[in-house]
Amino acid sequence: MNIRTKKHMYKVLALAAVAPFVLSACGGGNASNSGGDASKLTLLDYYNNEPDNTIMKGAIDKCAAEVGVSISREAVPGKDLIQKVLQKSSSKTLPDVLMLDNPDLQQIAATGGLAPLSDFGVDTSGFAKGMLEAGSYQGKVYGLAPTANTLGLFYNKKLLAAAGLKPPTTWAELKTTAKALTKGSQYGVAFSAIATYEGAWQFLPFMWTNGGDETNLDSPQNREALQLWKDLVDSGSASKGVINWSQGDVKDQFMAGKTAMMINGPWQIPALDADKSLEWGSVQVPINKPGQTPVAPLGGEVWTVPQTGNKAKQAKAAEFISCFTKDSTQLSLSEARYTVPTKPALAKEFVAKMPTMESFTEQVANARSRTGKLGDGWPKAATTIYTAIQLALTGKASVGDAFKQAANG
Amino acid sequence: MTSQSLQTAGETKIRFAGPAKSQPRRPRVRFDRETTTKVLFVVPAGLFMVLYFGYPVVKNLTMSFQDFTTKTFFTGEAPWIGVQNYVTVISSNLFGPAMLNTALFTIGSILGQFVIGMALAVFFNKKFPLSGFLRAMLLLPWLLPLIVASATWRSILDQDSGILNQFLGTFGIPAVPWLTSPSVALIAVIIVNIWIGIPFNVTLLYGGLQDIPAELYEAGALDGATGWKSFWHITWPNMRPVVSVVLVLGVVYTIKVLDIILGLTNGGPANATQTIAVRSYQESFVNFQFGVGAAFSNILILISLVFAIIYLRANRRAVDE
Repeated sequence: MNIRTKKHMYKVLALAAVAPFVLSACGGGNASNSGGDASKLTLLDYYNNEPDNTIMKGAIDKCAAEVGVSISREAVPGKDLIQKVLQKSSSKTLPDVLMLDNPDLQQIAATGGLAPLSDFGVDTSGFAKGMLEAGSYQGKVYGLAPTANTLGLFYNKKLLAAAGLKPPTTWAELKTTAKALTKGSQYGVAFSAIATYEGAWQFLPFMWTNGGDETNLDSPQNREALQLWKDLVDSGSASKGVINWSQGDVKDQFMAGKTAMMINGPWQIPALDADKSLEWGSVQVPINKPGQTPVAPLGGEVWTVPQTGNKAKQAKAAEFISCFTKDSTQLSLSEARYTVPTKPALAKEFVAKMPTMESFTEQVANARSRTGKLGDGWPKAATTIYTAIQLALTGKASVGDAFKQAANG
Repeated sequence: MTSQSLQTAGETKIRFAGPAKSQPRRPRVRFDRETTTKVLFVVPAGLFMVLYFGYPVVKNLTMSFQDFTTKTFFTGEAPWIGVQNYVTVISSNLFGPAMLNTALFTIGSILGQFVIGMALAVFFNKKFPLSGFLRAMLLLPWLLPLIVASATWRSILDQDSGILNQFLGTFGIPAVPWLTSPSVALIAVIIVNIWIGIPFNVTLLYGGLQDIPAELYEAGALDGATGWKSFWHITWPNMRPVVSVVLVLGVVYTIKVLDIILGLTNGGPANATQTIAVRSYQESFVNFQFGVGAAFSNILILISLVFAIIYLRANRRAVDE
């Protein structure tokens, strides 16, 4: 190869190297799904794992057929959903139907990215008050949930029976029962006190049941609840590992027989039932003083109509959500996914079909939404709660100082 | 990790290409053709830098002076708020501890990685049966996705049923609260990071060792320099340029470590493993305060920049020598 052709080749190579950049620069501009055809809708949710993926697909397809639209669905992992929504809102490619985890709704509604469901005449009567609160922002309903979940106390029937114990209904009983069940490598009770929103969520049933409130975190009621958790860990009835356990880890401990009781939600039931040798029961979260009502947080996903600018599509999307949250959908989804219908009127029928869900159905009736009082201020409160838990359980702060110190963080 | 290896390869090349630069320049016959060719070669790199380094850095800088929240994504409005984000960052109670943790984490990791990496590199420099195979196996931590590695380590380090405590228990050592005690968690995280960083150190240092001519050792041996003596007087001085590369790159890579900490402790227990990188991530992607998150990451970039300058200067000195 002589020098000239060699040089020529270099030039071609250099040009070839530039090409992808130029091409990719051109590629950025397309996107946008907003064709005019109102019979084609897009939908975004986070049910990307089985069996939820298939169950949801079935329910979505059913309602799509009923409303007379075809739906192209995208399911992303749960932790990526909000980032995805933010990306899509900045590129103006929001889906026609958007599912959100209920504590995120207010934050997204605050951006102006969602349409109030009343704009499309969606009937929001009959839903549990807490669930409507979770789906509302500044007095308007933006999202409806077909089903809800919450937290309860699971117990290992064999271990409790062997010790001649009944599931605890009060905090005092919780402490003594847990203590009695702690032996060898087996702990009495487990919960998740991890340094994420999950830890805050698990603390809420104790905090709220005791009359505590997220608007005033450094209150005697909240300190009492924190003291309960600290006592359980300090006495060895709960593992010190709780401060690094997610709810999934808690379930693993329970299934391995390393803990006799746990605070967890009904979404773990399919996993628990997969182990035929495990006999479990569930009750509502224990109360501190007689006369208190167990109040647990409401979990579950709300379905919303983003502001896509296409009124015809938005109307169809709202129609889809009406179908997706109607009684028959609520019942079939609740049964398939071990969740609870969000219309209290359906509770009786549901419990008759699913007796194992009784305690959770009762719990949902009195459950509270996390964002009901604080709105988009909830994440900050949740951070303070889990930080206070971590400070107190590790002994970095006393129970009395934990909330104050965490709030300064 | 890919960018890590790419960058290292590139930088080592530049260093070794140094002396070759002083070739006599040929008279320019076809000036413009040659210049065009040269420019064309620079353009892809230049475009790449502008698109993938320039834009994010500038965007991050402007973002840190804006009130950039979830709302911004929908409305496109991010009000200019001056240094407010930096004030929030520096006056937050976690800033001091996070800085200290970042320093401890970086120094601890580098020290462990380098000492163990150097020892292994010297060890593998001797040919023995299976040495090639074992050296290849050493790269495994590097090949494992960090999320997988941290999940595995999380179960290894579990206080009650983790295999490490079970193992220590057989020697009568009581269970160590690796990830659950605020005073031990940072050490545990550093240990895991050392494990992950060893392959990088071994690979580069081994490469450096291979470049030392065998004659030096032979001559040294004649003069009685063997064992430790040969390491101090032959290996170490000859390795200096490589060592400076390894250390400075190590600092830049370690200071920004995020995935391992998120996977192991998520900044807990009781904020004991909060670093500037974790703060930046949590402000941006948990609290959605992108402006504050950007301010945190700019502080990180600034620290990295200082070390990058040290690296470049050390490099130039090495070339000059």
